[in-house]
Amino acid sequence: MQAPVLDVKKLKTSFFSDDGEIPAVDDISFSVKKGEILGIVGESGCGKSVTSLSIMKLVPQPPGKIVSGEILLNGENLVPVSERRMRQIRGNEIAMIFQEPMTSLNPLFKIGEQLIEAIKIHKKGNKKEFEKQAVDMLKLVGLPRAEGIMNEYPHQLSGGMRQRVMIAMALSCGPKLLIADEPTTALDVTIQAQILALMKSLNEKLDTSIVMITHDLGVVADICQRVIVMYAGKVVEEASVLDIFKNPKHPYTMGLLQSVPDIRNKQDRLYSIPGNVPKPGSITTGCRFAARCEFVHDRCLADDPPLYAVEEAGHHTVRCFLHDTGGNGHHD
Amino acid sequence: MELSMNKNPQKPIVPEEDKAVSPWLEAWRSFRKNKLAIIGTSIVLFFIIMAIFAPLIAPSGINDQALDKRLLSPSSEHWFGTDDFGRDIFSRVIFGARISLWVGFLAVMGSLVVGSLLGILAGYYGKWVDTIISRVFDIMLAFPSILLAIAIVAVLGPSLRNALIAIAVINIPNFGRLIRSRVLSVKQEEYIVAARAVGMKNSRILFRHVLPNSMAPIIVQGTLAIATAIIEAAALSFLGLGAEAPNPEWGKMLSDARPLLTQAPWTMFFPGIAIMLTVLGFNLMGDGLRDALDPRMKN
Repeated sequence: MQAPVLDVKKLKTSFFSDDGEIPAVDDISFSVKKGEILGIVGESGCGKSVTSLSIMKLVPQPPGKIVSGEILLNGENLVPVSERRMRQIRGNEIAMIFQEPMTSLNPLFKIGEQLIEAIKIHKKGNKKEFEKQAVDMLKLVGLPRAEGIMNEYPHQLSGGMRQRVMIAMALSCGPKLLIADEPTTALDVTIQAQILALMKSLNEKLDTSIVMITHDLGVVADICQRVIVMYAGKVVEEASVLDIFKNPKHPYTMGLLQSVPDIRNKQDRLYSIPGNVPKPGSITTGCRFAARCEFVHDRCLADDPPLYAVEEAGHHTVRCFLHDTGGNGHHD
Repeated sequence: MELSMNKNPQKPIVPEEDKAVSPWLEAWRSFRKNKLAIIGTSIVLFFIIMAIFAPLIAPSGINDQALDKRLLSPSSEHWFGTDDFGRDIFSRVIFGARISLWVGFLAVMGSLVVGSLLGILAGYYGKWVDTIISRVFDIMLAFPSILLAIAIVAVLGPSLRNALIAIAVINIPNFGRLIRSRVLSVKQEEYIVAARAVGMKNSRILFRHVLPNSMAPIIVQGTLAIATAIIEAAALSFLGLGAEAPNPEWGKMLSDARPLLTQAPWTMFFPGIAIMLTVLGFNLMGDGLRDALDPRMKN
């Protein structure tokens, strides 16, 4: 089996405040293979974005800090490396796109200038070559009249076009891994579909691995191959997309899937999981989902469940005592 | 129906395609529409031209004394009258524009550069850098500014140059705090995080992204500060801590004219008007710039 592009091992990122240490991401492990699209799903505040910022080492510090764990990018552990080395990695080996295409571009400079600037950081060459590459990138992400857009300002483009520009910028140095932090949340539905199709085609064309962070299960179903479900800073379930939708194991995942409107059933009220996401750091003992779980029993309140492997085929793990068959627990 | 028909088929009704319009150009367009701002800018330009071409405009030199023509009231020969040395006040006011504008620009430049630098450091790096710089600003702002200026001149010795330095120093915290708060808000913008995500260096982010996006309030504050600086320079000279005789600094002229107020009011009136007009010009221009550069500030 091929070595993974990204291998996150027992990552823990905390924020330190007057109330003490608050773990936003707690003991998370996952890996992304070459050319794979991995989805990370969860509600707001479950630690998705902190996970992505941790991988880029862009967690605002202080108050945030990667407390422990390893982030292996092609075998190189990013946690201890210097800021200088990180700058070489950012944009060149890992790139990132953001939620708000309306504000991710500097309003004062032309699209071309910003693209060229991003390329210039990592590549050698002259102005002509940079310019040609920038135009090529704009064409690659399906923008019409790429030369014209080079000379335009961000406010002259629509949200979807700006997100395409952001993708072009992110991919301009040929990174092996692209982290997309809710790239379609701020766009309207037709544009969402276009952007997702674009990302999927670029993933196939360039063989770039993608970590897709989202709260939208539709996005996951659309383009991901494997999914991690996060809850309150922990991975609660990991499986292939098919398994997650066909055969969800964790009560939280089941709840999430039930909350998706289904066009085939006429429902008066959409299902919602009772309660709210707990504040990070507020639950110290037991399963973090216990308070909202309909299958809760004594053991859930006393111990934190480990990840159990589900017996069936493929790699499917779930953090729930309901699936403790004895001896299938990962000890983490 | 009739109205919506395209009567000229050669010219299809298509909106003119948007040309690349930079935010600066857009601000200029809105500035141009603001009448008061244009009046202010015209006044400023008028004084600048007057200052540059002073030797060509002024009928006599700054210290051409004619003791037989002392304290003449305004006439066709001496438009603004003469002072107690028989010097032509019109000429002195014109030359005075050079001094006042020069002091205004230089002092503001000084405080702008130093203040911006400190403000950027404080805002971008935060932590102890911010604490030290901000506390120094707080201390400086705790004094009434003119008092602080007098103290500085008292230490350095009275001269126009030292008055200029004093004015520059007392205005540093105004710029510093402005830039600091601006940097703090720009720092949160997503394009700054995006710039870091492509591997850009801190210094480059500062000068390429943070500073240009903080420029608008600097320009506005800078324009308004020139007005204040001109008043402060006049005040220091009035107190005898700035320009020395026979320099036709407007504040100094006011001070010299003080004993003559009842006898020859024109000696005080014209330099006073000159100060008032210049300050008004810069203020109108500054307000116009603020409206143009930050549309949210408009009421």
